[in-house]
Amino acid sequence: MKRRIYLTLALASCITVTTSTFADPVSDNETIRSYFSDKFPDIALEDLVDGVYAIDKDSRDQWLQIEEFPPYEEAISKGEKLFTTPFTNGKSYAGCFDNGGISIKQNYPYFDTEKSQVVTLEQAVNNCRIENGEQPLPYGKGAIAYITSYMASTSRGELINVTIPNDAAKAAYEEGKQFFYSRRGQLNMACATCHMANAGKRLRADILSPALGQVSHFPAFRFKWDDVGTIQRRYAGCNTQIRAKPFELQSAQYRNLEYFHTYMSNGLAINGPGTRK
Amino acid sequence: MKVKAKFENNKVEVKLLVKHPMDTGLQKDKKNGDLIPAKYIQELSCMHGDKLVFLANFGRAVSKDPYLAFSFSGGKAGDTLILKWFDNLGDNEETKVVIK
Repeated sequence: MKRRIYLTLALASCITVTTSTFADPVSDNETIRSYFSDKFPDIALEDLVDGVYAIDKDSRDQWLQIEEFPPYEEAISKGEKLFTTPFTNGKSYAGCFDNGGISIKQNYPYFDTEKSQVVTLEQAVNNCRIENGEQPLPYGKGAIAYITSYMASTSRGELINVTIPNDAAKAAYEEGKQFFYSRRGQLNMACATCHMANAGKRLRADILSPALGQVSHFPAFRFKWDDVGTIQRRYAGCNTQIRAKPFELQSAQYRNLEYFHTYMSNGLAINGPGTRK
Repeated sequence: MKVKAKFENNKVEVKLLVKHPMDTGLQKDKKNGDLIPAKYIQELSCMHGDKLVFLANFGRAVSKDPYLAFSFSGGKAGDTLILKWFDNLGDNEETKVVIK
């Protein structure tokens, strides 16, 4: 019953107008949700934002111990400091965003109908810097990740709400979806190979996380990085791991992928920044 | 050091996270190829009043930012614990925590 209400709210928040007869984002989401409720019948879909920790008890116990001293705390305080420090011209990030940039991450990525492209939160941060005469920050890690970690922390509990406003946006969504399901690299694997078909199974020493709820906890502190990093940093890493040449961070391919990947989790709550291996 | 100490089930549970590079002395600096000198905690102790309730002797195999958890009996909420570590270069850090 609770899940039904959840689904209805999620669907209601992303009504789209489309002329195509199939491949409709709303029904994509329904399909993905039924797929994962069948795969993990004992786990509530909204708990999938905890990924592997919702699936495996031993991993969860270790994670809860680690959360006593959350490794991302430093990133949040660095991010808050960076976010609240004014630019040389006296203005600040708050001036570029709705609600002063607080509690807005759940709306990203969004489709900019004027520029006709997907805009991610990291891009929006750099656009703000450029508009105010500052140098853009390198993507993926460091200052950009600290800032968006802070912004994510202010959105905790808010439900992801990515919208598809027009046909161009739908085309971007479709490109992202294509990318997600396309095999690539020497290992000839798609995102879906691990995170749809084999979610919950082991890949060497790791358990594969389900695609649904994956974006919610990014930027993430990964022990492998010994620091926080953005979702696109992980896309590049994943592509490298299957021996495909990674795309540039914030390339059209990765932005469209992030758009599709986040839309998939509409209705689930932001819980970033999170801790992962 | 970040420390949490809680009294429950007739024991005091202590959890701590130490910020320390724990360099083994065997790794090389990527930029110039020089060995990064060894800097690692050798001893970590916990005092409850004048009683030593925990002592750990580490070697270079312990990883960066060690996390420890231990428990002891005989303490109660409101007591103070003193945790201290020493490393091979003589650096040290002391933290006091009140049991909750």
